[in-house]
Amino acid sequence: MMVRSTIFLFAASFLGAQSVVDTGRELYRANCYVCHGQDGDQVPGVNFRVGIRRASSDEEVSKIIAGGIPGTGMPPTNLAEPQRRALVEYLRSMHPTAGGSKAPGDAMRGKAIFEGKGGCVNCHRAAGTGSHFGPDLDGLGATKQAAYLEEKILDPARDVSAQNRMVTVVMSDGSAVTGRRLNEDTHTIQLIDQKERLISVSKSDVQRYTLLTTTPMPAYQGRLSEAEVADVVSFLLSLRGQ
Amino acid sequence: MKKFLLIAIPMILRAQAPVTDERLLHSDNEPQNWLHYSGDYSGERYSLLDKINTSNVKNLELKWVFQARSLEKFEATPLVADGVMYFTEAPNHVYAVDAKTGREFWDYEYRPSRDARVCCGSVNRGVAILGETVYMGTIDGRLIAIDAKSGRPNWNIAVGDPKLGYAITHAPLIVKDKVIVGVAGGEYGIRGFIAAYDAHTGKEAWKFYTVAGPEDPQAMKTWAGDSWQHGGAPAWLTGSYDPALNLVYWGTGNPGPDWNGDSRGGDNLYSDSAVALDADTGQLKWHFQFTPHDEYDYDAVQIPVLVDDTWKGQPRKLLMWANRNGFFYVFDRVTGKFLSGSAFTKVNWATGLDESGRPMRAPDMSPTPEGKLIYPNLFGGTNWYSPSYSPRTHLFYIPSWQDSNMNMAKMPAEFEPGQRYTGGVPRATNMRRGSRNTPDENSAYGAVLGIDPQTGEKRFEFKMDDVMDGGILTTASDLLFTGGREGYFYALDARNGKELWRASLGGSVEAAPITFSVDGKQYVAIAAGHALFTFALREQ
Repeated sequence: MMVRSTIFLFAASFLGAQSVVDTGRELYRANCYVCHGQDGDQVPGVNFRVGIRRASSDEEVSKIIAGGIPGTGMPPTNLAEPQRRALVEYLRSMHPTAGGSKAPGDAMRGKAIFEGKGGCVNCHRAAGTGSHFGPDLDGLGATKQAAYLEEKILDPARDVSAQNRMVTVVMSDGSAVTGRRLNEDTHTIQLIDQKERLISVSKSDVQRYTLLTTTPMPAYQGRLSEAEVADVVSFLLSLRGQ
Repeated sequence: MKKFLLIAIPMILRAQAPVTDERLLHSDNEPQNWLHYSGDYSGERYSLLDKINTSNVKNLELKWVFQARSLEKFEATPLVADGVMYFTEAPNHVYAVDAKTGREFWDYEYRPSRDARVCCGSVNRGVAILGETVYMGTIDGRLIAIDAKSGRPNWNIAVGDPKLGYAITHAPLIVKDKVIVGVAGGEYGIRGFIAAYDAHTGKEAWKFYTVAGPEDPQAMKTWAGDSWQHGGAPAWLTGSYDPALNLVYWGTGNPGPDWNGDSRGGDNLYSDSAVALDADTGQLKWHFQFTPHDEYDYDAVQIPVLVDDTWKGQPRKLLMWANRNGFFYVFDRVTGKFLSGSAFTKVNWATGLDESGRPMRAPDMSPTPEGKLIYPNLFGGTNWYSPSYSPRTHLFYIPSWQDSNMNMAKMPAEFEPGQRYTGGVPRATNMRRGSRNTPDENSAYGAVLGIDPQTGEKRFEFKMDDVMDGGILTTASDLLFTGGREGYFYALDARNGKELWRASLGGSVEAAPITFSVDGKQYVAIAAGHALFTFALREQ
């Protein structure tokens, strides 16, 4: 923390305090965006919103930006030191703990609702408890904001992301399985079903395959009070992952 | 033991001769070898080998694997000369191995300068061979001649300054006694060029600037102000050659800055163009610009495919070109006359091509600060991935991206030497993210297209759930080999696109397959993930 503040001030003296992260953002868009993507998660195995595995300090991140990573697609740059520091500030700001979403609820009460009245654990797993059928929510607080989580709780069917869609597969022998799609390619589908079985099917063995637009998750509008939703949101925001 | 030796001797003493320019000219006479990046000078990627055919291809099995140490993309296409395979692993590490077993004869690792900067990966796509020398371009903008027997460098020259963003990522083209290369750097405000070097000494023989400057005043007027000085137009893929016309055909890349054309009013010649150059002098014979005043990063960096066929009933020397901008073109390659063109993927930046082949720009489709949704996305309807043409089926095969789009936003761009100079932010909206794919109704997908060049019509579309970066090979036995990001390597029936065989290689195919034969046995090789795989028929 100390190190980061020092760097912030140092960079600020070059670039103007208000603009450091903005400058970093512009540098990111100009230099990093094409490969790393808007959310910093486009390169497999790299996710700036979670952290930077290869570097434990800002200096190390800056070193990587300057020198690249030999043997990978990460090239060196000739960004000057203040620019690199601004970029590091921006990368750090991508981690939502830096921005800080202020949830008004109580995380402990939220946990109780999550595991009890809400029935969330019947499908979701968080903090080591619950089913694997729905998306695992550990680490959610590190990447999502409160407003997003609230919307998902109140109206989950509104916009089911491609990553979380359900599929129903009818095999050639007539047996059927419904589950959450984990992966799909031209010839195979991988999914997890309600019994938490990891299933891989070959499309050549499939009679019918339907990618569902609906979600089995109920809308909690009216099922939980406003305060209870806020509590659950607070609990979810506390899930920072490993 | 004695018997074994008697059988083995002829194989061990397989003839190995220097790869003369005569051999390069007539590479069709020796289909057992793969002497050029694209198989021969035409760029057709069509092999006369036919022992592997549509009936027995199901019996292909893995013979050997080369595991690269580099974790960079494996984009290299190997060469094979008399049983020896030459290829590179990223960034600039050359290997000579036994093509039959994959066992190594030598390797030469060139460590590029830390100044090297490449927009899209520290990659290399292969080497060229002439005589007993192998030639490699490097990501720090150098060209190196390497002894094909020992792997020792003979000479090493600077082609472009890496500090300014000049790099070489493609396999050189050999024509007679010259080694021809172009430069990458379209995202760094370079001034692109294609240049020829004496194969023996490395001395520059000619240089053609792909961004017209004072030596070409008419074309220079297509660049507002002094924008030509940093106009980009890189040439980062191997060209093709017509010996009878003595013309080298080459594709050029995007003008810079990529997504902001404000500072470079005009057509920006010769960016995004096909150029036909005299092989001895580098003089421009003709050009055709696919995307005048490009604001979408639609490099015309594709393999020019030279086809001799009838056109409207008359024999004609044709040039076929599937372009990143989404259109497929046919030209008369003697004159450069545009003969036909049509879209092979969803295109919304143009409403079509006019009679001269110039795109008719759709109104209000330039990138804005807020962004415009553009089809196809910046990676294009196709890209540098090698297409193929089969003189048997008369079909042109395109490794394509279908329905890809991108939000292209314009940003201010100021040139600073060696810094990225792109003027925008492209954001893909319907592409796979991460290692798993969960495609839906709106996702972009990959497809091998079988196009009838006479009409531009799709005869077939072989679909993949994810997009494809693999090249295509066709054979005289009507096989088509290719692969995609999902890591499948396919053999299709070239006549109808039906799948005949596939292998799951566990890593994206980012290179083009080749075929060759050693001691009468046919092999097929392809890079996927971080390895090179070689297949042949199971012994019966």
